[in-house]
Amino acid sequence: MNETLLLRASEITKSYAGVQALKRASLELRAGEVHALIGENGAGKSTLIKIITGAVLPDSGEIELNGKTIADNSPRTAKSLGIAAIYQQPALFPELTVAENIALGLEQSGAWGRIDWRKRHERARELLAQIGARIGPGAEAGELTMPQQQLVEIARALGAKAKVLIMDEPTASLSEEDAQNLFTVIRGLRERGVGIIYISHRLEELPLIADRVTVLRDGVTIETRPMAEVNRQQLIQLMVGRELSAIFPKREVDLGETILELQGLSCAESGLKDVNLSLRAGEIVGLAGLVGAGRTELARTIFGLTPADAGEIVLHGEPVTIDNPQQAIKRGIAYLPEDRRRHGVILEMQVGANITLASLDQLSSYGSLDFRREKELAAEYTRRLGIKTPAIFVPVSTLSGGNQQKVALSRWLVTKPRVLILDEPTQGIDVGAKSEIHALMTELAAEGVAILMISSELPEILGMSDRIVVMHEGAIAGILNRDEANQEKILALALGHGLDEIEGHEQIVNH
Amino acid sequence: MGVLVDLKKMNLGRYKRELAAAAAFVALLVVVSIGAPSFYSAANLRDLALNNAPVLLVAIGMTLVILSGEIDISVGSQFAVCSVIAGWLAEAGAPVALLLPCLIVIGAMMGAINGLLVGRLRLPSIIVTLAMLTAWRDGLRWVTQGAWVQDLPANFQWFGLGQALGQWLIVLIALAALVSFSWMLRNLGMGRAVYAVGSDAEAARLAGIEPQRVIFGVFVLMGALVGLAALLNAVRFNTVPSNAGIGLELKAVAAVVVGGTAITGGRGTLFGTLIGVALLGTIGTALTFLGINPFWEKAIQGAIILAALVSDVALERFRISDFGLAKNRVGR
Repeated sequence: MNETLLLRASEITKSYAGVQALKRASLELRAGEVHALIGENGAGKSTLIKIITGAVLPDSGEIELNGKTIADNSPRTAKSLGIAAIYQQPALFPELTVAENIALGLEQSGAWGRIDWRKRHERARELLAQIGARIGPGAEAGELTMPQQQLVEIARALGAKAKVLIMDEPTASLSEEDAQNLFTVIRGLRERGVGIIYISHRLEELPLIADRVTVLRDGVTIETRPMAEVNRQQLIQLMVGRELSAIFPKREVDLGETILELQGLSCAESGLKDVNLSLRAGEIVGLAGLVGAGRTELARTIFGLTPADAGEIVLHGEPVTIDNPQQAIKRGIAYLPEDRRRHGVILEMQVGANITLASLDQLSSYGSLDFRREKELAAEYTRRLGIKTPAIFVPVSTLSGGNQQKVALSRWLVTKPRVLILDEPTQGIDVGAKSEIHALMTELAAEGVAILMISSELPEILGMSDRIVVMHEGAIAGILNRDEANQEKILALALGHGLDEIEGHEQIVNH
Repeated sequence: MGVLVDLKKMNLGRYKRELAAAAAFVALLVVVSIGAPSFYSAANLRDLALNNAPVLLVAIGMTLVILSGEIDISVGSQFAVCSVIAGWLAEAGAPVALLLPCLIVIGAMMGAINGLLVGRLRLPSIIVTLAMLTAWRDGLRWVTQGAWVQDLPANFQWFGLGQALGQWLIVLIALAALVSFSWMLRNLGMGRAVYAVGSDAEAARLAGIEPQRVIFGVFVLMGALVGLAALLNAVRFNTVPSNAGIGLELKAVAAVVVGGTAITGGRGTLFGTLIGVALLGTIGTALTFLGINPFWEKAIQGAIILAALVSDVALERFRISDFGLAKNRVGR
């Protein structure tokens, strides 16, 4: 590995709608190095990558390539300068052949736009040979396996003379063997002086492939270290090592009877494996895990969106089948979906109509909607949740994010649920609305509602939950009680490691 | 805080598009009243009402379909099939009182086919109904060999009530349908569901609404209204042409869009559709009365449709800036 600086991202700041994704984050990449970039969900990795590839413009800060600042970065500019990115899901055109995919956007056509098919195939074959891939240039990309598609993407990047190659969780859906093959290819690229930014949640593979590692946390670059000098535990600590500054309005509530019990719940469609979990009245259970660990999938299965194909849902001691949301709602289960802008509320609809949308049956008398009752309900919940809206009949699209989320929540409170599933309830909303929602959760728990809260924010999980369930690859990796849980343990479980590692580490610290 | 202020906001926010179309219609009426007062003769107005009553019925159904985020371009062919069946039944001596429910059910069944294909199998409605447009039309041609149904019995015409009463009945049925469907859209949970599904089907599903059933339902209602429209149209003549209803889908969709309903679904009212039918349905006659070459009719109709779409975009911007949150919205 040489020491030539290839790419430097310095003091990058970016905020989306008031939420800071990156705060003066920096990253330096040398030629011929594999540089791991790690951090929790929402630490700012994707944003940083998007800024380097020109997909997103930073609010401030700059990107330098070979000592020269990139002006007016755009995907096109970045590509022409030799910055290429490969994502977890290969982005090939499935109907085109391998050779066509490799040639796209790279090849100069001859006179009259004529394509030299022989040359195109030769070139593809040559590029694939360079990375040791045995794939025919004439094969349709859609017919290839996932690892083969990745190799085609790497060949395409090589063809584009990429000097910087960004790989976003390339091994996430690869088998052990395919991952090893990929590492061989990556080492080959490193020999050729390509700088590789390697994002992964699989900490155990980093020592095999990375030269240095940079840890991002809450949009800030925490540290860059040679890989040989850090171990897994230290990395986990660097990823979570923040002070729990926020104060959560958590109240001790006497837990009531068990309301919901999941017994061996599995769903092939969404990848859930043998989930056992129970929820008691007044309990807030935090559901932690990495993105894609199956948390939302579990919520959707309980709510009947992707019905389970094995196992049982037991509600108030009785086994029930829930095949669609109507049945779930009727049985007192409510689900506040992730990503409220898309599906939590109906943006064009009025505030009042949104609040009553899940309880239209109750609102009808002799088939006709009771508008007076609707107005009362809307007024009651806008008051109770402090929804700031000029009137209950303005469209929800005119409200701020936090207020939209409160409207989405109101809709479910109107149904008087016994089980409330909240999927990232405070993601992307302002601090004020956030603590109001936390206070409301406490209040609901005190009223005897059982709450299952999915969150990627560890302080929120730790601050609000009575118990914490951590998921990994569709299964429950561990359940922690409030008093024994900490960020390190949660993250270790979420990353698929055992708790023993962390506990061993604690002993070392105590000495 | 005043209730008045709220009402103002409500009206502004909700009915701008309808009011814009209404203003255009009023302007047309004013121009005609100055340029060609004879337009307002009882006979002319009656003809206009009679010609547009079936279009209004179809446009009501089309409003429901478009509100739910779908489209039905097979209505013209459905209309032809229903018309011919109405003629056959009348020829066979079916009592007039039986024809009404018969035609509604036949139309609803044709709509149910679309509804199953679009709602259940989730095929794109534009393709499904395009296929149905051809299938019904050519199927009908094959069965009838292009022959018209002729010499309908005298008691079929005007429902056997005589011309004056029959004319009133046709217009009254169309208006009654308008009023009752308006009421249903506003006052029934199903009506609310139509808007919800058209705005965001996935969000509606997460709120416990079944988009598939809603979509199936609107196509069935669409078909039923086409059946009714076909009957009301057929009783006015003593023959039924087998090429009835050609271009009806365009008239209906245009009226709905001109009336302020968003072509992407989720927003619009039947009041707007009434205005749309009135505006597009009178413009041709108005031009004739004003002494303008009626060849301009189509061009002017096209211009009105474009104006409606453009003003929709313009009004959308206005609505957002209205609440001072334009930035917020664009940022997403």
